[in-house]
Amino acid sequence: MKILEMNHINKKFGDLEVIKDISLSVSEGEILSIIGPSGSGKSTILRCATMLESINGGEIIYMGQKAAYTDNNKNVIYAKGKEAKYINSKFGLVFQNFNLFPHYSVIKNITDAPIHVQKRNKKEVFEQAKALLEKVGLTDKADYYPFQLSGGQQQRVSIARALCMNPKILFFDEPTSALDPELTIEILKVIRALAKEHMTMVIVTHEMNFAKEVSNRIIFMEKGVIVEEMTPDEMFSSNNERTKTFLGRYHNMA
Amino acid sequence: MSFSTILFQLGSGMLKSMGIFLWTIVLSLPLGLFVSFGRMSKNNTLRNIVKVYISIMRGTPLMLQLMIVYYSPFLLFGMNIKSFRFPAIIIGFAINYAAYFAEIFRSGIESMPVGQYEAARILGYGKKQTFIKIILPQVIKRILPSVTNEVITLVKDTSLAFSLAYMEMFSIAKQIVAKESTFMPFIVAAIFYYIFNFVVATFMEQIENKLSYYR
Repeated sequence: MKILEMNHINKKFGDLEVIKDISLSVSEGEILSIIGPSGSGKSTILRCATMLESINGGEIIYMGQKAAYTDNNKNVIYAKGKEAKYINSKFGLVFQNFNLFPHYSVIKNITDAPIHVQKRNKKEVFEQAKALLEKVGLTDKADYYPFQLSGGQQQRVSIARALCMNPKILFFDEPTSALDPELTIEILKVIRALAKEHMTMVIVTHEMNFAKEVSNRIIFMEKGVIVEEMTPDEMFSSNNERTKTFLGRYHNMA
Repeated sequence: MSFSTILFQLGSGMLKSMGIFLWTIVLSLPLGLFVSFGRMSKNNTLRNIVKVYISIMRGTPLMLQLMIVYYSPFLLFGMNIKSFRFPAIIIGFAINYAAYFAEIFRSGIESMPVGQYEAARILGYGKKQTFIKIILPQVIKRILPSVTNEVITLVKDTSLAFSLAYMEMFSIAKQIVAKESTFMPFIVAAIFYYIFNFVVATFMEQIENKLSYYR
Protein backbone atom coordinates (compact mmCIF):
# COMPACT_ATOMS: atom_id res chain seq x y z
CA MET A 1 0.00 0.00 0.00
CA LYS A 2 1.15 3.52 -0.77
CA ILE A 3 1.48 5.57 2.38
CA LEU A 4 2.43 8.80 0.65
CA GLU A 5 2.00 10.01 -2.89
CA MET A 6 3.17 13.38 -4.07
CA ASN A 7 2.27 14.21 -7.64
CA HIS A 8 3.54 17.09 -9.78
CA ILE A 9 4.44 19.21 -6.80
CA ASN A 10 5.35 22.82 -7.44
CA LYS A 11 6.64 25.17 -4.82
CA LYS A 12 7.67 28.77 -5.20
CA PHE A 13 9.15 31.23 -2.77
CA GLY A 14 8.07 34.47 -4.40
CA ASP A 15 9.31 34.17 -7.96
CA LEU A 16 11.84 31.51 -7.13
CA GLU A 17 10.72 28.04 -8.12
CA VAL A 18 12.29 25.69 -5.58
CA ILE A 19 10.32 22.54 -6.44
CA LYS A 20 9.59 21.89 -10.08
CA ASP A 21 7.01 19.26 -10.89
CA ILE A 22 8.28 16.61 -8.51
CA SER A 23 6.47 13.31 -8.08
CA LEU A 24 7.36 10.63 -5.61
CA SER A 25 5.68 7.93 -3.59
CA VAL A 26 6.48 5.86 -0.56
CA SER A 27 5.05 2.40 0.08
CA GLU A 28 4.45 0.83 3.45
CA GLY A 29 7.68 -0.35 5.05
CA GLU A 30 9.80 1.42 2.51
CA ILE A 31 12.71 3.67 3.38
CA LEU A 32 13.40 6.47 0.97
CA SER A 33 16.44 8.70 1.24
CA ILE A 34 16.66 12.07 -0.46
CA ILE A 35 20.14 13.37 -1.13
CA GLY A 36 21.46 16.36 -3.00
CA PRO A 37 23.42 19.58 -2.61
CA SER A 38 22.30 22.46 -0.40
CA GLY A 39 19.51 24.45 -1.96
CA SER A 40 18.37 21.53 -4.09
CA GLY A 41 14.91 21.62 -2.52
CA LYS A 42 15.20 18.35 -0.61
CA SER A 43 14.24 19.86 2.72
CA THR A 44 11.51 21.88 1.06
CA ILE A 45 9.86 18.80 -0.41
CA LEU A 46 9.80 17.32 3.09
CA ARG A 47 8.28 20.48 4.50
CA CYS A 48 5.67 20.36 1.76
CA ALA A 49 4.87 16.75 2.58
CA THR A 50 4.38 17.65 6.23
CA MET A 51 2.31 20.76 5.36
CA LEU A 52 4.78 23.13 6.99
CA GLU A 53 5.02 24.76 3.58
CA SER A 54 2.02 25.04 1.30
CA ILE A 55 2.45 23.89 -2.26
CA ASN A 56 1.68 25.99 -5.33
CA GLY A 57 0.57 23.07 -7.45
CA GLY A 58 0.19 19.28 -7.46
CA GLU A 59 -1.35 16.88 -4.99
CA ILE A 60 -0.40 15.20 -1.76
CA ILE A 61 -2.12 11.95 -0.83
CA TYR A 62 -1.76 10.05 2.43
CA MET A 63 -3.06 6.49 2.36
CA GLY A 64 -5.47 7.28 -0.41
CA GLN A 65 -6.77 10.45 1.25
CA LYS A 66 -6.15 13.76 -0.42
CA ALA A 67 -4.29 16.13 1.87
CA ALA A 68 -3.98 18.68 -0.93
CA TYR A 69 -4.90 18.91 -4.58
CA THR A 70 -5.04 21.43 -7.38
CA ASP A 71 -8.47 22.25 -8.82
CA ASN A 72 -9.29 23.20 -12.42
CA ASN A 73 -8.57 26.85 -11.70
CA LYS A 74 -5.09 25.92 -10.47
CA ASN A 75 -5.98 26.70 -6.88
CA VAL A 76 -4.46 24.40 -4.32
CA ILE A 77 -7.08 23.07 -1.93
CA TYR A 78 -5.96 21.65 1.42
CA ALA A 79 -7.99 19.24 3.52
CA LYS A 80 -9.61 20.97 6.46
CA GLY A 81 -10.97 20.21 9.91
CA LYS A 82 -11.38 16.59 10.89
CA GLU A 83 -9.93 15.31 7.66
CA ALA A 84 -6.80 17.45 8.05
CA LYS A 85 -6.44 16.27 11.64
CA TYR A 86 -6.72 12.66 10.55
CA ILE A 87 -4.10 13.09 7.86
CA ASN A 88 -1.84 15.02 10.23
CA SER A 89 -1.92 12.11 12.66
CA LYS A 90 -0.49 9.80 10.01
CA PHE A 91 2.96 11.35 9.80
CA GLY A 92 5.71 12.47 12.14
CA LEU A 93 8.69 14.71 11.56
CA VAL A 94 12.12 14.80 13.15
CA PHE A 95 13.71 18.23 12.76
CA GLN A 96 17.30 19.09 12.09
CA ASN A 97 17.51 21.11 15.30
CA PHE A 98 15.22 18.87 17.38
CA ASN A 99 12.70 21.55 18.42
CA LEU A 100 12.01 19.92 21.75
CA PHE A 101 9.91 21.97 24.14
CA PRO A 102 12.49 23.31 26.60
CA HIS A 103 10.05 23.85 29.43
CA TYR A 104 8.87 20.23 29.36
CA SER A 105 10.82 17.32 30.77
CA VAL A 106 11.81 14.52 28.41
CA ILE A 107 8.86 12.37 29.41
CA LYS A 108 6.41 15.25 29.07
CA ASN A 109 7.82 16.15 25.67
CA ILE A 110 7.00 12.64 24.56
CA THR A 111 3.67 12.09 26.29
CA ASP A 112 1.93 15.48 26.20
CA ALA A 113 0.65 15.38 22.62
CA PRO A 114 -0.53 11.74 22.74
CA ILE A 115 -2.45 12.55 25.93
CA HIS A 116 -3.78 16.02 25.16
CA VAL A 117 -4.04 15.96 21.39
CA GLN A 118 -4.81 12.33 20.66
CA LYS A 119 -6.70 12.00 23.97
CA ARG A 120 -5.25 8.61 24.62
CA ASN A 121 -5.15 6.79 27.92
CA LYS A 122 -2.48 8.28 30.18
CA LYS A 123 -1.20 5.03 31.56
CA GLU A 124 -0.89 3.45 28.15
CA VAL A 125 0.93 6.50 26.76
CA PHE A 126 3.40 6.54 29.63
CA GLU A 127 4.13 2.86 29.15
CA GLN A 128 4.72 3.41 25.47
CA ALA A 129 6.92 6.43 26.20
CA LYS A 130 9.04 4.40 28.60
CA ALA A 131 9.43 1.65 26.06
CA LEU A 132 10.45 4.21 23.45
CA LEU A 133 12.99 5.78 25.79
CA GLU A 134 14.46 2.35 26.30
CA LYS A 135 14.59 1.85 22.57
CA VAL A 136 16.54 5.08 22.04
CA GLY A 137 18.74 4.32 25.06
CA LEU A 138 17.59 7.10 27.35
CA THR A 139 15.69 5.25 30.07
CA ASP A 140 17.48 7.17 32.81
CA LYS A 141 16.80 10.58 31.29
CA ALA A 142 12.99 10.65 31.55
CA ASP A 143 12.91 13.47 34.09
CA TYR A 144 15.68 15.55 32.55
CA TYR A 145 15.07 18.77 30.69
CA PRO A 146 16.29 19.18 27.12
CA PHE A 147 19.06 21.64 28.07
CA GLN A 148 20.61 18.97 30.27
CA LEU A 149 21.05 16.62 27.30
CA SER A 150 23.59 16.47 24.51
CA GLY A 151 22.46 17.18 20.96
CA GLY A 152 22.42 13.50 20.14
CA GLN A 153 20.32 12.74 23.19
CA GLN A 154 17.93 15.56 22.35
CA GLN A 155 17.53 14.22 18.85
CA ARG A 156 16.80 10.76 20.18
CA VAL A 157 14.14 12.23 22.44
CA SER A 158 12.62 13.99 19.47
CA ILE A 159 12.53 10.68 17.58
CA ALA A 160 10.77 9.07 20.56
CA ARG A 161 8.36 12.00 20.66
CA ALA A 162 7.50 11.52 17.01
CA LEU A 163 7.11 7.76 17.43
CA CYS A 164 4.81 8.05 20.43
CA MET A 165 2.20 9.57 18.10
CA ASN A 166 2.14 6.20 16.27
CA PRO A 167 2.67 7.68 12.81
CA LYS A 168 2.39 5.56 9.68
CA ILE A 169 5.34 7.38 8.18
CA LEU A 170 8.23 9.23 9.75
CA PHE A 171 10.13 12.05 8.05
CA PHE A 172 13.67 13.02 8.98
CA ASP A 173 14.90 16.46 7.95
CA GLU A 174 18.69 16.21 8.05
CA PRO A 175 18.52 14.66 11.51
CA THR A 176 22.27 14.61 12.02
CA SER A 177 23.33 17.90 10.45
CA ALA A 178 23.47 19.71 13.78
CA LEU A 179 25.53 16.95 15.39
CA ASP A 180 29.19 16.01 15.49
CA PRO A 181 30.24 12.65 14.04
CA GLU A 182 30.16 10.83 17.36
CA LEU A 183 26.62 11.93 18.12
CA THR A 184 25.60 11.25 14.54
CA ILE A 185 26.36 7.58 15.10
CA GLU A 186 23.83 7.50 17.98
CA ILE A 187 21.09 8.76 15.71
CA LEU A 188 21.94 6.50 12.82
CA LYS A 189 21.81 3.55 15.20
CA VAL A 190 18.26 4.44 16.18
CA ILE A 191 17.15 4.90 12.58
CA ARG A 192 18.76 1.60 11.68
CA ALA A 193 16.77 -0.09 14.45
CA LEU A 194 13.59 1.46 13.11
CA ALA A 195 14.45 0.24 9.64
CA LYS A 196 14.70 -3.29 10.99
CA GLU A 197 11.14 -2.95 12.24
CA HIS A 198 10.07 -1.80 8.78
CA MET A 199 9.02 1.63 9.87
CA THR A 200 8.12 3.65 6.79
CA MET A 201 10.59 6.51 6.59
CA VAL A 202 11.72 9.35 4.36
CA ILE A 203 15.15 10.64 5.24
CA VAL A 204 16.71 13.82 3.90
CA THR A 205 20.38 13.41 4.65
CA HIS A 206 23.98 14.23 3.88
CA GLU A 207 25.17 10.90 5.18
CA MET A 208 25.68 9.16 1.83
CA ASN A 209 27.00 5.90 3.17
CA PHE A 210 24.20 5.70 5.64
CA ALA A 211 21.63 6.43 2.94
CA LYS A 212 23.09 3.64 0.88
CA GLU A 213 23.09 1.23 3.77
CA VAL A 214 19.66 1.85 5.22
CA SER A 215 17.33 2.78 2.38
CA ASN A 216 15.44 0.82 -0.25
CA ARG A 217 15.44 3.70 -2.65
CA ILE A 218 17.41 6.89 -3.07
CA ILE A 219 16.41 10.09 -4.80
CA PHE A 220 19.08 12.52 -5.92
CA MET A 221 17.72 16.04 -6.20
CA GLU A 222 19.17 19.19 -7.61
CA LYS A 223 17.74 22.61 -8.42
CA GLY A 224 14.22 21.57 -7.56
CA VAL A 225 14.05 18.46 -9.74
CA ILE A 226 14.73 14.78 -9.25
CA VAL A 227 17.91 14.06 -11.17
CA GLU A 228 17.90 10.37 -10.55
CA GLU A 229 16.00 7.76 -8.61
CA MET A 230 17.96 4.66 -7.82
CA THR A 231 18.48 1.66 -5.60
CA PRO A 232 21.31 1.82 -3.08
CA ASP A 233 23.36 -0.61 -5.17
CA GLU A 234 23.16 1.70 -8.15
CA MET A 235 24.08 4.74 -6.12
CA PHE A 236 27.85 4.79 -6.31
CA SER A 237 27.88 3.25 -9.76
CA SER A 238 25.48 5.75 -11.32
CA ASN A 239 26.00 6.67 -14.95
CA ASN A 240 24.34 10.01 -14.46
CA GLU A 241 27.02 12.68 -14.83
CA ARG A 242 25.53 14.98 -12.20
CA THR A 243 25.07 12.21 -9.65
CA LYS A 244 28.59 11.03 -10.30
CA THR A 245 30.08 14.47 -9.71
CA PHE A 246 28.10 14.98 -6.55
CA LEU A 247 28.98 11.62 -5.06
CA GLY A 248 32.50 11.85 -6.39
CA ARG A 249 33.00 15.07 -4.50
CA TYR A 250 31.61 13.37 -1.46
CA HIS A 251 34.05 10.50 -1.85
CA ASN A 252 37.00 12.82 -2.24
CA MET A 253 35.92 14.69 0.85
CA ALA A 254 35.44 11.51 2.83
CA MET B 1 1.52 65.58 65.33
CA SER B 2 3.28 62.66 66.93
CA PHE B 3 5.57 60.35 65.03
CA SER B 4 3.23 57.41 65.53
CA THR B 5 0.33 59.38 64.05
CA ILE B 6 2.42 60.24 61.04
CA LEU B 7 3.39 56.59 60.68
CA PHE B 8 -0.22 55.56 60.98
CA GLN B 9 -1.42 58.07 58.39
CA LEU B 10 1.34 57.23 55.95
CA GLY B 11 0.66 53.55 56.56
CA SER B 12 -2.97 53.94 55.62
CA GLY B 13 -1.85 55.90 52.53
CA MET B 14 0.47 53.04 51.70
CA LEU B 15 -2.47 50.64 51.68
CA LYS B 16 -4.14 52.84 49.09
CA SER B 17 -0.95 52.95 47.02
CA MET B 18 -0.87 49.18 47.17
CA GLY B 19 -4.48 49.12 46.05
CA ILE B 20 -3.62 51.12 42.94
CA PHE B 21 -0.61 48.88 42.35
CA LEU B 22 -2.48 45.59 42.63
CA TRP B 23 -5.47 46.66 40.55
CA THR B 24 -3.17 47.98 37.85
CA ILE B 25 -1.15 44.77 37.71
CA VAL B 26 -4.22 42.54 37.63
CA LEU B 27 -5.82 44.54 34.83
CA SER B 28 -2.89 45.69 32.73
CA LEU B 29 -1.06 42.37 32.34
CA PRO B 30 -3.92 40.50 30.62
CA LEU B 31 -4.97 43.67 28.80
CA GLY B 32 -1.38 44.10 27.63
CA LEU B 33 -1.37 40.54 26.26
CA PHE B 34 -4.48 41.24 24.21
CA VAL B 35 -3.11 44.57 23.04
CA SER B 36 0.03 42.77 21.89
CA PHE B 37 -2.17 40.44 19.82
CA GLY B 38 -3.70 43.50 18.20
CA ARG B 39 -0.24 44.95 17.64
CA MET B 40 0.80 41.76 15.82
CA SER B 41 -2.50 41.27 13.99
CA LYS B 42 -2.54 40.59 10.27
CA ASN B 43 -5.41 43.04 10.03
CA ASN B 44 -3.85 46.36 9.00
CA THR B 45 -6.56 48.57 10.49
CA LEU B 46 -6.48 46.89 13.87
CA ARG B 47 -2.70 46.84 13.94
CA ASN B 48 -2.48 50.54 13.14
CA ILE B 49 -5.11 51.53 15.68
CA VAL B 50 -3.20 49.62 18.36
CA LYS B 51 0.05 51.19 17.19
CA VAL B 52 -1.41 54.68 17.61
CA TYR B 53 -2.80 53.75 21.01
CA ILE B 54 0.59 52.50 22.23
CA SER B 55 2.30 55.52 20.78
CA ILE B 56 -0.02 57.94 22.61
CA MET B 57 0.23 56.04 25.89
CA ARG B 58 4.01 56.07 25.75
CA GLY B 59 4.31 59.52 24.25
CA THR B 60 2.33 61.57 26.75
CA PRO B 61 2.73 62.00 30.52
CA LEU B 62 0.87 59.51 32.67
CA MET B 63 -0.24 62.36 34.95
CA LEU B 64 -1.91 64.07 32.02
CA GLN B 65 -3.60 60.82 31.00
CA LEU B 66 -4.96 60.39 34.52
CA MET B 67 -6.48 63.85 34.40
CA ILE B 68 -8.04 63.30 30.99
CA VAL B 69 -9.57 60.00 32.12
CA TYR B 70 -10.91 61.58 35.30
CA TYR B 71 -12.29 64.86 33.95
CA SER B 72 -13.51 63.90 30.49
CA PRO B 73 -16.83 62.28 31.60
CA PHE B 74 -17.70 65.63 33.18
CA LEU B 75 -16.25 67.88 30.49
CA LEU B 76 -17.68 65.87 27.59
CA PHE B 77 -20.98 64.62 28.98
CA GLY B 78 -21.58 66.72 32.08
CA MET B 79 -21.56 63.59 34.22
CA ASN B 80 -21.06 63.65 37.98
CA ILE B 81 -17.53 62.38 38.61
CA LYS B 82 -17.43 62.56 42.41
CA SER B 83 -17.29 58.81 42.91
CA PHE B 84 -15.23 58.30 39.76
CA ARG B 85 -11.87 59.24 41.29
CA PHE B 86 -10.59 55.77 42.14
CA PRO B 87 -11.96 54.06 39.01
CA ALA B 88 -10.40 56.83 36.90
CA ILE B 89 -7.02 56.24 38.50
CA ILE B 90 -7.23 52.50 37.90
CA ILE B 91 -8.40 52.93 34.31
CA GLY B 92 -5.67 55.49 33.65
CA PHE B 93 -2.93 53.32 35.10
CA ALA B 94 -4.24 50.13 33.49
CA ILE B 95 -4.44 51.47 29.93
CA ASN B 96 -1.05 53.14 30.28
CA TYR B 97 0.74 50.11 31.65
CA ALA B 98 -1.06 47.79 29.23
CA ALA B 99 0.66 49.67 26.40
CA TYR B 100 4.10 49.06 27.90
CA PHE B 101 3.33 45.45 28.75
CA ALA B 102 1.98 44.92 25.22
CA GLU B 103 5.34 45.87 23.75
CA ILE B 104 7.11 43.59 26.21
CA PHE B 105 4.80 40.69 25.34
CA ARG B 106 5.32 41.38 21.65
CA SER B 107 9.08 41.31 21.98
CA GLY B 108 8.81 38.01 23.84
CA ILE B 109 6.40 36.39 21.42
CA GLU B 110 8.34 37.52 18.38
CA SER B 111 11.57 36.17 19.84
CA MET B 112 10.18 32.63 19.96
CA PRO B 113 11.86 30.39 17.40
CA VAL B 114 9.53 29.31 14.61
CA GLY B 115 10.60 25.70 15.26
CA GLN B 116 8.50 25.64 18.41
CA TYR B 117 5.39 26.45 16.41
CA GLU B 118 6.32 23.91 13.75
CA ALA B 119 6.97 21.14 16.24
CA ALA B 120 3.64 21.87 17.93
CA ARG B 121 1.86 21.83 14.61
CA ILE B 122 3.36 18.50 13.57
CA LEU B 123 2.28 17.05 16.91
CA GLY B 124 -1.28 18.19 16.21
CA TYR B 125 -1.64 20.95 18.80
CA GLY B 126 -4.27 23.50 17.83
CA LYS B 127 -3.45 27.19 17.64
CA LYS B 128 -4.82 27.95 21.09
CA GLN B 129 -3.16 24.93 22.68
CA THR B 130 0.13 25.83 21.04
CA PHE B 131 0.02 29.34 22.41
CA ILE B 132 -1.11 28.49 25.92
CA LYS B 133 0.95 25.33 26.47
CA ILE B 134 4.04 25.85 24.37
CA ILE B 135 4.59 29.51 23.58
CA LEU B 136 3.24 31.56 26.52
CA PRO B 137 5.14 29.77 29.31
CA GLN B 138 8.40 30.33 27.47
CA VAL B 139 7.48 33.93 26.66
CA ILE B 140 6.79 34.65 30.34
CA LYS B 141 10.22 33.36 31.30
CA ARG B 142 11.87 35.48 28.62
CA ILE B 143 10.11 38.73 29.46
CA LEU B 144 10.25 38.48 33.24
CA PRO B 145 13.25 40.83 33.68
CA SER B 146 11.56 43.53 31.59
CA VAL B 147 8.28 43.04 33.44
CA THR B 148 10.10 43.41 36.76
CA ASN B 149 11.43 46.73 35.53
CA GLU B 150 7.95 47.99 34.72
CA VAL B 151 6.46 46.70 37.93
CA ILE B 152 9.06 48.53 39.99
CA THR B 153 8.37 51.71 38.06
CA LEU B 154 4.68 51.22 38.75
CA VAL B 155 5.24 51.15 42.51
CA LYS B 156 6.76 54.61 42.27
CA ASP B 157 4.26 55.82 39.67
CA THR B 158 1.35 55.20 42.05
CA SER B 159 2.37 58.52 43.62
CA LEU B 160 1.06 60.25 40.49
CA ALA B 161 -2.45 59.62 41.82
CA PHE B 162 -1.83 62.73 43.97
CA SER B 163 -2.66 64.74 40.84
CA LEU B 164 -6.28 63.61 41.20
CA ALA B 165 -6.18 64.43 44.91
CA TYR B 166 -6.37 60.75 45.80
CA MET B 167 -5.13 60.19 49.33
CA GLU B 168 -2.41 57.66 48.72
CA MET B 169 0.89 57.77 50.55
CA PHE B 170 2.57 60.56 48.60
CA SER B 171 -0.45 62.91 48.87
CA ILE B 172 -0.62 62.32 52.58
CA ALA B 173 3.10 62.90 53.04
CA LYS B 174 2.86 66.17 51.13
CA GLN B 175 -0.08 67.24 53.22
CA ILE B 176 1.61 66.56 56.53
CA VAL B 177 4.78 68.27 55.39
CA ALA B 178 2.81 71.40 54.46
CA LYS B 179 0.76 71.40 57.67
CA GLU B 180 3.43 70.52 60.21
CA SER B 181 6.37 72.06 58.40
CA THR B 182 8.50 68.98 59.00
CA PHE B 183 10.52 67.16 56.40
CA MET B 184 10.21 63.82 58.14
CA PRO B 185 7.10 62.43 56.35
CA PHE B 186 9.00 62.52 53.06
CA ILE B 187 11.78 60.45 54.55
CA VAL B 188 9.30 57.97 55.98
CA ALA B 189 7.42 57.82 52.66
CA ALA B 190 10.70 57.21 50.84
CA ILE B 191 11.49 54.34 53.21
CA PHE B 192 8.01 52.90 52.73
CA TYR B 193 8.30 53.06 48.93
CA TYR B 194 11.69 51.45 49.14
CA ILE B 195 10.43 48.61 51.31
CA PHE B 196 7.43 48.16 49.01
CA ASN B 197 9.73 47.86 46.03
CA PHE B 198 12.15 45.64 47.86
CA VAL B 199 9.33 43.19 48.53
CA VAL B 200 8.11 43.42 44.93
CA ALA B 201 11.61 42.88 43.52
CA THR B 202 12.20 39.91 45.84
CA PHE B 203 8.90 38.41 44.78
CA MET B 204 9.75 38.81 41.09
CA GLU B 205 13.16 37.30 41.69
CA GLN B 206 11.50 34.29 43.25
CA ILE B 207 9.34 33.78 40.20
CA GLU B 208 12.45 34.04 38.04
CA ASN B 209 14.14 31.41 40.18
CA LYS B 210 11.11 29.19 39.91
CA LEU B 211 11.30 29.37 36.13
CA SER B 212 15.02 28.74 35.99
CA TYR B 213 14.48 24.99 36.01
CA TYR B 214 14.96 25.06 32.26
CA ARG B 215 16.88 27.05 29.71
